[in-house]
Amino acid sequence: MLSRTADHLFWMSRYTERAENTARMLDVNYQTALLPQSAAVAKLGWEGLLRISELMPAYEFLHGEVNSKDVLDFMVRDASNPSSIVSCLMAARENARAVRGALPTEVWETINHTWLKLSQMLKDKDFERDPAKFFDWVKHRSHLSRGVAIGTMLRDEAFYFYRMGTFLERADNTARLLDVKFHAVESDFYGAASEQDQEYDFYHWSAILRSVSAFEVYRKVYRDVITPERVAELLILRADMPRSLHASLQGVVANLGRVSNSISGETERRAGKMLSDLQYGNLDEIMETGLHAYLTQFLDRVNELGGRISRDFLVPEPV
Amino acid sequence: MSRHQFDEMYAAPDQVREHYLQYARWLAEQPDDVMRARREEAEMIFRRVGITFAVYGAKDEDGAGTERLIPFDLIPRVIPAAEWQSMEKGLEQRVTALNRFLHDIYHDQEILKAGIVPREQIEGNAQFRPEMVGVDLPGGIYSHISGIDIVRAPVPGGDGEADYYVLEDNLRVPSGVSYMLEDRKMMMRLFPDLFAQNRVAPVAHYPDLLLETLRSVSPAHTVNPTVVVLTPGMYNSAYFEHAFLAQQMGVELVEGQDLFVKDNFVWMRTTRGPKRVDVIYRRVDDDFLDPLVFRPDSTLGCAGLLDVYRKGNVMLCNAIGTGVADDKSIYPYVPQMIEFYLGEKPILKNVPTYLGRKPDDLKYILANLKDLVVKEVHGAGGYGMLVGPAATQAEIEDFRQAVLAKPEGYIAQPTLSLSSCPTYVERGIAPRHIDLRPFVLSGQKGVQIVPGGLTRVALKEGSLVVNSSQGGGTKDTWVLEA
Repeated sequence: MLSRTADHLFWMSRYTERAENTARMLDVNYQTALLPQSAAVAKLGWEGLLRISELMPAYEFLHGEVNSKDVLDFMVRDASNPSSIVSCLMAARENARAVRGALPTEVWETINHTWLKLSQMLKDKDFERDPAKFFDWVKHRSHLSRGVAIGTMLRDEAFYFYRMGTFLERADNTARLLDVKFHAVESDFYGAASEQDQEYDFYHWSAILRSVSAFEVYRKVYRDVITPERVAELLILRADMPRSLHASLQGVVANLGRVSNSISGETERRAGKMLSDLQYGNLDEIMETGLHAYLTQFLDRVNELGGRISRDFLVPEPV
Repeated sequence: MSRHQFDEMYAAPDQVREHYLQYARWLAEQPDDVMRARREEAEMIFRRVGITFAVYGAKDEDGAGTERLIPFDLIPRVIPAAEWQSMEKGLEQRVTALNRFLHDIYHDQEILKAGIVPREQIEGNAQFRPEMVGVDLPGGIYSHISGIDIVRAPVPGGDGEADYYVLEDNLRVPSGVSYMLEDRKMMMRLFPDLFAQNRVAPVAHYPDLLLETLRSVSPAHTVNPTVVVLTPGMYNSAYFEHAFLAQQMGVELVEGQDLFVKDNFVWMRTTRGPKRVDVIYRRVDDDFLDPLVFRPDSTLGCAGLLDVYRKGNVMLCNAIGTGVADDKSIYPYVPQMIEFYLGEKPILKNVPTYLGRKPDDLKYILANLKDLVVKEVHGAGGYGMLVGPAATQAEIEDFRQAVLAKPEGYIAQPTLSLSSCPTYVERGIAPRHIDLRPFVLSGQKGVQIVPGGLTRVALKEGSLVVNSSQGGGTKDTWVLEA
């Protein structure tokens, strides 16, 4: 297929996925901020969120002090912030529009409808009235467009690039979420001494789990109290956890293998290596490296992989 | 109803024309609120489907470019079978002659030698492309997709009867066919019962005919030609149509950046490496096609394309240089072309036209500005046009100066009273002026026309300008089967 078409499909799904993950993180932070806690703790949460997307400098330039109203505004409706929900959904729609002929009508209509409705909701201040409902809506629309695509698209290259974008973006987003959260815990990774801190920890870890729809999964898998190690294990190594790094890389590798071309061998090898590191890795090893170091390295590799996919398929050099 | 007005549906205020009887009976039975709900439904669907066009220069309140819907009217324009049969013959005849003319102009120029069209009209014309001289095209076809604008107006001095006139030929990159198809789809979705009652000729096979036409003119060496649609990109006002046609034909929609020239062929960049392109249905104007030959600042085309084209290794549809035949200064000669090339009497009429370049005509134009429609020879889309009877004194004076400064840049025609068709307006149903653009496909196997075309309607009361950029809407066009 046309490289540019593949490029648009790849980014269409990346932006949709990013909007969803942003909504998830905002939702959890917003819910957590409603709990009785000190202003300082709430602020930590918002700061962590901004660091996730490396947006602290841009935010500070615009708003200065971190507070929940401004952060929400910046992350939801600020079109000058390329990672805001409005920017992501607009980019998803613009990418879809550029290849609407290559998409099943229902997929295009779903994505277009999301954009039109979002514009209306922001205009009507629906978000300010009920943020939780708004975040739910964003997640729901992402589920819907993914479902419509999976339910209607021919299994050809268009579909594989579309899916590859979703998985690559998800790997990136989950890794960032983990990194920031583990960083945000001031009381050090291995937990809290005081009772109050323990309570805080519970909410903190359960918030991470909820943001990736893994709270119930955790209970089911471990049937035990929530510990940071297990959270890390679940979201990094478990192949059966759909938003884990392992599962995301599986998705990338499977779809990459289906579009393989004469120059993509090295890219496939690197993706395969990342996957096998996750497949055969264990938590002790990761902890030895240090979680932050491990995740930073992982993010670098995801970024590099994205660049290679681009060069091999999406934006090839002139012959 | 005055003798200077012709309504498609009503012969007199209470007398419905025969071919509209069935529809009128049906319409009378529809409750107002149901029709209102249908109108809203249609608008919602068009918006969700994204059947929109970008407006040049317009910005919405947030400063983003605007995407507008072209208003869709629920009342169809109905053409009786016999009228269509004659129009169809006339269209085939006219487009065939125009293609013969283009071939002649770029080869032996017999029509110039015969003194029928003045030589300076061609060679001084910016749309004449010297690069095309002597280039042989498959079947000698230049305009593969032609949009012929037709209006119906009362015959001057007649007794209330009206006739079809060709207002202009569009032989470069005529657009609007997607609206013809989407309007029909919408009507069938909203009112399936109507199609059970009326025998309406189908139009949905247009993309198949288009693909067949494009494939039929592929370069000689190709067995299974790769056809693509070339678009200027998603910010072009007709982008929806480009994407729509590519999708309906199942071919790639490419932009200039996707193409490159190597070893005398045109290639597109794909995820599996370069793939050769054989036929390009280009929706990009001549000037932007090849920066090496035409506008050097264009990024919409592909460097080296013309060279490959001249070698016959890729086909462009329409051909380069068709603009010389649809120029408003050439239009008056089309009836003579038909006689010259085909030895036939023209079936479709031309509107009488006065040329600014002819001294006598110029004198007439300047003396009668308030009664005439004056058009720029190279204008399009309803811009650069004076409708005398509707203009203010100041507008007329401005145009007088413009015509005097450059007489050869203008033509004028009597103000035709375009026929009207009942149309939903704010206060119910009222007559509004309409035109018709049928789409004519010319390939190696001959000329094909789907029955009907795009009916545009001027929604403003009394307005004669139907262009979508000027607030026009569209209607479904029914050709009744005999």
